[in-house]
Amino acid sequence: MADQAVSRPASSFRLPSLSALGPLLALILLVALGAFLNDNFLSQGNITNVLARSAFIGMIAVGMTFVITSGGLDLSVGSMAAFIAGVMILAMNALLPSMGVGVPLILAGMGVALAVGLAAGLANGLLVTRAGIEPFIVTLGTMGIFRSLVTWLADGGTISLDFAVRQLYRPVYYSGLFGIAWPILVFALVAIAGQVAMRHTRFGRYCEAIGSNDKVARYSAVSVEGVRLATYVLLGLLVGLATIMYVPRLGSASGSTGMLWELEAIAAVIIGGTALKGGYGRVWGTVVGVLILSLIDNILNLADLVSPYLNGAIQGVIIVLAVVLQRGKKSSA
Amino acid sequence: MERRTFLATTAAAVAAAGLATPALAQGKKAVIGVSIPSATHGFMGGLNWHAQETIKRLKATYPNLDFVLATAGAVGKQVNDIEDMMATRNIDALVVLPFESEPLTSPVKAVKDAGKWVTVVDRGLSQEGIEDLYVAGDNTAFGRVAGEYFKANLKSGAKIVVLRGIPTTLDNERVDAFRKAIDGSGIEILDMQHGNWNRDKAFSVMQDYLSKHKKIDAVWAADDDMAIGVLEAISQSGRQKEMWVVGGAGMKEIVKRIMDKDPQLPVDVTYPPALISTALEITALRFVSDTPVYGRFIIGSTLITPANAAQFYFPNSPF
Repeated sequence: MADQAVSRPASSFRLPSLSALGPLLALILLVALGAFLNDNFLSQGNITNVLARSAFIGMIAVGMTFVITSGGLDLSVGSMAAFIAGVMILAMNALLPSMGVGVPLILAGMGVALAVGLAAGLANGLLVTRAGIEPFIVTLGTMGIFRSLVTWLADGGTISLDFAVRQLYRPVYYSGLFGIAWPILVFALVAIAGQVAMRHTRFGRYCEAIGSNDKVARYSAVSVEGVRLATYVLLGLLVGLATIMYVPRLGSASGSTGMLWELEAIAAVIIGGTALKGGYGRVWGTVVGVLILSLIDNILNLADLVSPYLNGAIQGVIIVLAVVLQRGKKSSA
Repeated sequence: MERRTFLATTAAAVAAAGLATPALAQGKKAVIGVSIPSATHGFMGGLNWHAQETIKRLKATYPNLDFVLATAGAVGKQVNDIEDMMATRNIDALVVLPFESEPLTSPVKAVKDAGKWVTVVDRGLSQEGIEDLYVAGDNTAFGRVAGEYFKANLKSGAKIVVLRGIPTTLDNERVDAFRKAIDGSGIEILDMQHGNWNRDKAFSVMQDYLSKHKKIDAVWAADDDMAIGVLEAISQSGRQKEMWVVGGAGMKEIVKRIMDKDPQLPVDVTYPPALISTALEITALRFVSDTPVYGRFIIGSTLITPANAAQFYFPNSPF
């Protein structure tokens, strides 16, 4: 045990330490529990449902991993997703008369989503890095702004995508390639790219360096502000990407879209083993964290274990346990 | 007592106290303060829209009435709004939809004690006898009407699933009434989970119901926002022919589909966000006429069917 815990030089092929396996262990236990409680749990339909549902929070959480690793935080992502969804739908409805129902219109909508995501991320990032305001406060502020804006755009109701456009766009959520739904594929690609970026690129190392000690990073000629800004922009883009996959699902956005996504994303990141105070990030852990969170919900629905009033409590217990599992192992190792 | 009619049981007492005379002195405008929760979800969005529309109409109809509208996103904000209306706008009447009953009771009582007219909408205060007029929807009827439809249209042994709202007394009243209505019909409730009156949550819950249960004959989604999520999950599973769905409230998209005789959505149960308009109109009457308007006005929950859907369809409302 002790040998394994001794830190080795950073080689790209090191095995994850035992403590890192905590969340994975929790995930495996949950899957076993689910399979034991309900025969349909491992059916292809259910697995697809759970993975596709996780995809939105998952993509956002991968971006959040970089923000948190470099010592930041973004509370605005849920509201941002709702705002982007609203703007995207309004833009597509507005472009409909001139462009007609077709793939170019969908692509234009996707472009709008990414552009708004980029702008929103840039706004957060600039306020944090240039104006030097605490990320908690900046993003708490933008959280309220985005949420109000979407409510205002929707006139307090719901913004709905034109029916014909929706029919064309629908397969982006509901169908897929080789039997794997698109949101799952995109999420997988984002996760792999995130893992590579965190472990094998300068950007990932800079994030960790800034998160553990930004002064030292600055003295080492790392552009601290630049990298931090980049993490917020990256997160904004990923929120845009998540929205692109989200909108075809129900074809609508309202003031209650994306409610509490920010907390789920942050919880997933922390469950996965990234340090909340920054300095260490683990993208594959984040993916495990996201899956744990959606599995809890799924299992509670599939099995009538407890009164539905207690669902929140069960979720809370499992989240804390998943973190205790890894921290406990770490201190004993 | 017939609750759906306009009761004037308190009339004698109030009239004796001399409150029934029109409050207007010549030439002075009466100011009506309106305090409602902000548009955080579909139903409240509709309620806000109807409030604004009604105020516009009343102002045009009665030049001697003025309105102050404040929307609050939290309990504390609503208390502040009401205090500000009293302190700075010199209101003659308050129409309030309390965010929560307990915390709003004493601020509203203070308004009443200052001799103002008080209309309470939808959510009652925790102390009786404060308001002059109470206007509300009927949660028990909401559950009962839905339950009666299920009982009349399903055979004994039929299997249904239910989506509940946010855990609240209001939700409990609806669900209890629903259960009571289907009691003895032999209909089996397979599952009851909270969908929080939210489309996305209802979508996931329904997906899980569909994985779990091989046979479902009908769904009581209990809310039109949840019905939208439920329908999407059903169509993903390709089981549209197997079950029908009943929502609730009267969202325009749903009412439209009932008008178009969608087999998946046979009926809907009303819980109209326009109940704020009822409260405003009746309160306005008190200041422009001698019409007695104290008492309780309970708006019934009725069944929207393809036959009567047109009268519940408001294409311009956001809800």
